[in-house]
Amino acid sequence: MTLRTIRVEIPHHLRTLAQVSGDLRLDLDDPITLRRTLDALEARYPVLRGTIRDQQTLVRRPFLRFFACQEDLSHDSPDNPLPDAVVEGREALLIIGAIAGGAWGPLGAPYLPAAGRCGSVNRQFAN
Amino acid sequence: MSKVRVLVGTRKGAFVLTADGKRRDWDVAGPFFAGWEVYHMKGSPVNPDRIYASQTSGWFGQIIQCSDDGGKTWYTPGGGLQKSPQGWPMGESNRFVYDAAAAPLTTHQWYDGTQHPWEFKRVWHLEPSLTDAEAVYAGIEDAALFHSKDGAHSWQELSALRGHGTGPNWQPGAGGMCLHTIVLDPKDPDRIYIAISAAGAFRSDDGGKSWKPINKGLRSQFLPDQDSEVGHCVHHIAMSPRRPGVLFMQKHWDVMRSDDAGDSWREVSGNLPTDFGFAIDVHAHEPETIFVAPIKSDSEHYPLDGKLQVWRSRSGGNEWEALTDGLPQANCYVNVLRDAMAVDQLDGCGIYFGTTGGQVYVSPDAGDRWMPIVRDLPAVLSVEVQTLP
Repeated sequence: MTLRTIRVEIPHHLRTLAQVSGDLRLDLDDPITLRRTLDALEARYPVLRGTIRDQQTLVRRPFLRFFACQEDLSHDSPDNPLPDAVVEGREALLIIGAIAGGAWGPLGAPYLPAAGRCGSVNRQFAN
Repeated sequence: MSKVRVLVGTRKGAFVLTADGKRRDWDVAGPFFAGWEVYHMKGSPVNPDRIYASQTSGWFGQIIQCSDDGGKTWYTPGGGLQKSPQGWPMGESNRFVYDAAAAPLTTHQWYDGTQHPWEFKRVWHLEPSLTDAEAVYAGIEDAALFHSKDGAHSWQELSALRGHGTGPNWQPGAGGMCLHTIVLDPKDPDRIYIAISAAGAFRSDDGGKSWKPINKGLRSQFLPDQDSEVGHCVHHIAMSPRRPGVLFMQKHWDVMRSDDAGDSWREVSGNLPTDFGFAIDVHAHEPETIFVAPIKSDSEHYPLDGKLQVWRSRSGGNEWEALTDGLPQANCYVNVLRDAMAVDQLDGCGIYFGTTGGQVYVSPDAGDRWMPIVRDLPAVLSVEVQTLP
């Protein structure tokens, strides 16, 4: 069993909520997957429960994305191993809010052009 | 001298406005939870320094915040670095899980008329208990009523509301299918009123164990059966704690009144220039004095002719007068949302409302004269007032 330190970057609003700054560092055993990383993140910062994935179903919230090593992992199985560079701590797992422009749809939900289809996202939380 | 504390929820954070009893000079604190929508904040009548807040986001979901010092500092109940005895992380305060045992329904009507599963979206309204500072109700979207007995650490659905049978006929309004109004009867702890857009009003006489629709007398042109038992788009209900059982309602269109705890309603729109609107409230000391903020129409959510006016009836409806002194009477195209009007308990009754243009107005004399407390906040979603010794 190898204990590894994973770097995770979360959006500004979640850093504020968790009262942290910069990358978060989580210690995990192998295998290092997205699910186990999020489990560890929520265990370390319980206030984040429900903000990244649904409290009950653990499904990713629709306007968030998971990036690493210039790849969109959002639609991958959460039980897949994370890229080696993330596992080895050279790259961070990026949890990112989809850009939304600020327009509001007729149902009260933000318009998210292409969100959920082609990874039209930005590192900055929008609106 | 008494003080007032005004709790303002906006599209981009929360603000706490305080003043002495003269209500002329204001201290503005905030934004709290900057950048997040704060649908509602309300203080406990038992412990006014205990304030509950609904912080929400289309991106990050629902957070419940609490303050134990009147809004100076905030915390998420159970959200710290702690674990339960079972070893699982705490942080359950934003966990709103529908009661799967709620029978018989599992779906509600969707915009296109098909049935749609209930999906939690946000907390619209928090109503602290009248007798226990640790107890609070939450009205949520998709419409359901939740209750916490432990200071918002954990929530349980009062599922008899969804389960009483008419749920498949409930449908979302333009703002979603929200339970936005919770009124507690100060003389009968088992009596609870709630309202849902677009389902209507409901009453429980047994602390939430069972519910009945109370929509007799409401008429809605958008329904195939205009007198339907449910499906009405009730925007808000107000009740004077001095006279429980007499209710006033701002419906999608029509201002309504009930003198029998909602068993029947009659229209009291009278001479209002338009009876569309969202907000309604009752004078703190005069149970027949009520206030509304008329809005042009369901298609044009701003004041008639660009004139921002509160209308007051001193006769419990039907005869209304415009209150305009201090309010913009030209080129004003803001909205006053359903939870954005409140009254204080001081002599003369101060009344407050917020607009989608970011103004919060106060009238220290029941609407005769108005002045802005703040002019440039984000769009105001809710206004509550606490009267403090």
